Amino acid sequence: MLNTVYRLVSPKRIEASFTDITLKENNVLVRPTYLSICHADQRYYQGKREGDILRKKLPMALIHEAVGRVMYDPKGELQAGESVILIPNQPSEKDVVIAENYLESSKFRASSCDGFMQEYVKTDRSRLLRVPTDLSDEMGAFTEMVSVCTHTVMRFERFSHDRRKRIGIWGDGNLSYILSAILSELYKNCQLYVMGIHEEKLATFTFADQTFHVDHIPYDLKLDHAFECVGGSAAQSVIEQIIEHIRPEGSVALMGVSENAVPVNTRMVLEKGLHVFGSSRSGKKDFEKVIELYETYPRLKKYFLNLIGGVVNVKSIQDMSNAFEYDLNSSFGKTIMRWDV
Amino acid sequence: MIYAVILAGGTGARMGNMDKPKQYLLLNGKPIIIHTIEKFCVNPRFEKIIVLCPQNWMLHTQNLVNRYLSDPGQIEVIEGGNTRNDTIMNAIRHIKNTYELNDETIIVTHDSVRPFVTHRIIEENIDGAIRYGACDTVVAASDTIVESRDGVVISNIPDRMQMYQGQTPQSFKAEKLMNIFDSLLPEEKEILTDAAKIFVMKGEPVHLVKGEVFNTKITYSYDLEVAEAMIRRKDNAEHSV
Repeated sequence: MLNTVYRLVSPKRIEASFTDITLKENNVLVRPTYLSICHADQRYYQGKREGDILRKKLPMALIHEAVGRVMYDPKGELQAGESVILIPNQPSEKDVVIAENYLESSKFRASSCDGFMQEYVKTDRSRLLRVPTDLSDEMGAFTEMVSVCTHTVMRFERFSHDRRKRIGIWGDGNLSYILSAILSELYKNCQLYVMGIHEEKLATFTFADQTFHVDHIPYDLKLDHAFECVGGSAAQSVIEQIIEHIRPEGSVALMGVSENAVPVNTRMVLEKGLHVFGSSRSGKKDFEKVIELYETYPRLKKYFLNLIGGVVNVKSIQDMSNAFEYDLNSSFGKTIMRWDV
Repeated sequence: MIYAVILAGGTGARMGNMDKPKQYLLLNGKPIIIHTIEKFCVNPRFEKIIVLCPQNWMLHTQNLVNRYLSDPGQIEVIEGGNTRNDTIMNAIRHIKNTYELNDETIIVTHDSVRPFVTHRIIEENIDGAIRYGACDTVVAASDTIVESRDGVVISNIPDRMQMYQGQTPQSFKAEKLMNIFDSLLPEEKEILTDAAKIFVMKGEPVHLVKGEVFNTKITYSYDLEVAEAMIRRKDNAEHSV
């Protein structure tokens, strides 16, 4: 079947192209319904990735956060019309040590293969998760972003010592909001401090014990562990602040993406014996963990409802461009495309 | 009940020296008609997909359906008529005789040689037919339309802003379409080149569904080359880097 794929061909230019889909036994055909725009998509759309990267990756369909409806399952395990979360990571092997999202052989939607901006998505059935009935499509659309946070928290559980009285989170964007909310529910006896630069955004972190502007962090604030959710050009100064405020043997989770190599004060990392670990993307079990968290901590869903920034109806390529422009001008929250092409 | 009606009655007279109707030509290694039928197969709103083709191509069409499609029982191959509207009426009669024809019976009629139709267009056709009784898929005219009554000089140049080019699907409440068609005089039927015109002639509303420029009809050899190029532009499989 001919499938329309909406690929970014050059910055700010999306064009329709076509693939011929043949469904194999383990594939399921899904109609994307709600797509959520991520900063990574926006960097491609705006042409903010390096020229070499853009030349290598484009044309490519964007978006790796989405829900959809099952259209056709050759095996009949999933019923037509069932609402499913689409998992963007596509592993081709299993490893007992390395998680699926770190395997070099894995493909990732809208990075190493076409994303979800398609008329239909052909996917392996293992890359689908049923949407719980009490989860709205708009919220379901950005489950991937929540799963990235749950993935980091699970790694934090593995890597960090268990004195968790004070945790610091740097960043006042969507990722930091989701992560902070999860931490506030999981570690109720822990003092949570969020550092950022936008007063308005920080004011939304009502589940944090305190928020600080990065220029006004008390010099005597000492943290057991820290999470970096900033990336970009500010990553260096943020990591410096973290090293300054963290206690010896603390763990530091790096979650923010930087285009450039970031210098790190390794002398102090060594001196304090810090455990610095990276965390990127997520796998299926992290998506399942999100659903579990929503059931155990229903307040999370209420917090994340606030993240639904704008819902843009998309029926044409012009609408897709409008959604990306809307997202660019949005200061907080997720822009969701109600996909109807 | 909603039925897809795939019109494959043409013998491809405009295609050049082809030895078979254009809908059976291969596009990316698969018959065009199969690509088209597949778009309707994956939409669970359809009760059946009725394919109408020339009598001597029925067995061939059925064999293609059996070979390429995973659920051939969803598809019925029947004989088309002499004209486009006769073919559509054959489909409605088939529904009436085999299933049930009532005010809620919707048919989404589509050219078998338009394989690039999208999910949205099909959905909006179904919804448009339910709401308005009839709808037609169109795109805004990109060229100026010139009218000439004698083929020698221009008699009129209509305002392009009000002009659209018709595509398919065209969708209807089937019972209403048949009733109106049966009420037409023979001379009225003679000038009908289009099913939507049946409604327009009788002053019945026909809703516009926005088509896509790429929802092209593969009529000429050139169109087939363009269609091949559209698919092969990047690669045939899903793109990965």
